[in-house]
Amino acid sequence: MIAYILRSLAQAVMVMLAVALLAFSMFRFVGDPVANMVGQEASLKERAELAERLGLNDPFPIQFANFVRDMTRGEFGMSYRQGRPVRDLLMERVPATVELAFLSSLFALVFGIALGVYTAINRRGILANAVMSLSLVGVSLPTFLIGIGLIYLFAVELRWLPSFGRGDVLKLGWWSTGLLTETGRKSLIMPVLTLGFFQLTLIMRLVRAEMLEAMRTDYVKFARARGIPERSISFRHALRNTMIPVITIAGLQFGSVIAFAIVTETVFQWPGLGALFVQAVQFVDIPVMAAYLMFVALVFVVVNLAVDLLYFAVDPRLRGTTAAAK
Amino acid sequence: MRAPSPPRLTFRTRLWRAWDSDVAWSFRHSPVAILAAAMALTLLLSAVLAPLIAPQNAFDAASLNLMEGFTRPGEPSAVTGRVFVLGTDDQGRDMLSAILYGSRVSLLVGFASVVFSIAIGVSLGLMAGYLGGRTDAFIMRIADIQLSFPAILIALLVFGIARGLIAPQYHEQAAVVVLIIAIGLSNWASYARTVRGSTLVEKNKDYVMSARVMGRSPFAIMGQHVLPNVTGPVLVIATINLALAIIAESTLSFLGVGVPPTQPSLGTLIRVGQQFLFSGEWWILLYPALDLVLLALSINLLGDWLRDALNPKLR
Repeated sequence: MIAYILRSLAQAVMVMLAVALLAFSMFRFVGDPVANMVGQEASLKERAELAERLGLNDPFPIQFANFVRDMTRGEFGMSYRQGRPVRDLLMERVPATVELAFLSSLFALVFGIALGVYTAINRRGILANAVMSLSLVGVSLPTFLIGIGLIYLFAVELRWLPSFGRGDVLKLGWWSTGLLTETGRKSLIMPVLTLGFFQLTLIMRLVRAEMLEAMRTDYVKFARARGIPERSISFRHALRNTMIPVITIAGLQFGSVIAFAIVTETVFQWPGLGALFVQAVQFVDIPVMAAYLMFVALVFVVVNLAVDLLYFAVDPRLRGTTAAAK
Repeated sequence: MRAPSPPRLTFRTRLWRAWDSDVAWSFRHSPVAILAAAMALTLLLSAVLAPLIAPQNAFDAASLNLMEGFTRPGEPSAVTGRVFVLGTDDQGRDMLSAILYGSRVSLLVGFASVVFSIAIGVSLGLMAGYLGGRTDAFIMRIADIQLSFPAILIALLVFGIARGLIAPQYHEQAAVVVLIIAIGLSNWASYARTVRGSTLVEKNKDYVMSARVMGRSPFAIMGQHVLPNVTGPVLVIATINLALAIIAESTLSFLGVGVPPTQPSLGTLIRVGQQFLFSGEWWILLYPALDLVLLALSINLLGDWLRDALNPKLR
């Protein structure tokens, strides 16, 4: 098992290095870093000095090594557009995005599994079929339209929820949270629903398919023959065995949560990383784009590692085979 | 040397064969597919024929009358008394014309980016499957990375980089091309995977062997012998990806990084419409959104049907 973890770790480092190379190339080759930092008036001598100071005359591998060193220290340079360190910009916005992504994943996981089990058990039920067809329509709807629809219903017509922003936030050290104030919690509802909806349908369909598969297996038939109550069969026998693919997909989906967060944050003017990234793309703010890329890659790698480790916790068979392989 | 070609078929026998084929049979017996095809075709034709059927040229600022702004759908304008079926936006632009012209841009970007990603994906997939070894490992590794990153993120990155490389005064003109490249580059991996899989199967068949014995070059074998036999699944992915590409385009335009407002796509129209949601001008948002959803839904349904129809296991 330790060998397995080490291999996963090595792969994670490789992926991070590859992404860092991409981010570095963006820095180096898109636009002229010197021109982006000094104004039009800078003399040729000043430019040459700055290029020297930035290390732009060093050989490529050395420049890249320096870049990676800065990245691991969290130094992403200055934003071209806002003139502030990218690190501060990121730190300011990380809490908003993490809160949003985490809550919507939780929402999708809880309701996705519940609805998936329900639709699998009551396969021919009217309600289950209604849920299934609704989920098909939901997949065809672009995320931003779901958000706009919610805004129209709950903010414009019913006036129950605020249509944009995070509401009041409390500062806990450098972390800001909207969970402790009423306006903050109200502001979270619509973005969480919007962001979680796509994942919910995906998880629900997956759980349903896996459950139907598990219901056909011999161990479920045997459990039935032993007279074990149906509820216990569904949850303790069948559902348990569907968890491996669900964890995989939910983990891999975390990447798309980050991506859809870009859209959701723009719809609700949520002051998170996604909105920052969209602005950076509009204004070609390369340091912010590169830092965001590194952040997303890091989240990916960490989630993938966590998924790999969770396998061992969920599936005793895996523990057995690796032990035997030793 | 060429194999003797089969006798030429008359047009009528060909037509009969197409009508009698399995796919056509399954189409005739699926009401959902017929409905979806009719809807997709209507939307497609109305977009292609927009300059002929639209009441006004939506891209021509001179044809707009500011006084007619915010006319409600189906009601005469308070100032000029003209009636607009779907209403007008803030600048007095007829929404029906805007939607027709807008879906033209959306469909153009959608189709072109799908063609672009097919070109990349199929050729890389063929090479990976046929050449094998290091080439295979390298290409498929990139495809893995590409598939694990969300398409919209890659498209945004490509868009941002392209903007950095193109001088600002050309941004508006280049927007459509940049969008096509960005969306195309974010979707090629699924084609590469599928084509690689089918190529691995085809490569060991006798006809490929004989072509090799005849001394044809690997690229000629890939292009002329293997390629025609691996196109089936590509068609299915392309249909579903067309819907995805159209949604990706509208999402990017909605985010404000797509086509400029001077030649709006459906996404741009929705972005503009969102501003007027709070003041009660719902039609500026609703109709473009409806058009987008119907377009994506009908293409998705067609893709689902095609996948089932071409998959003999499900029959």
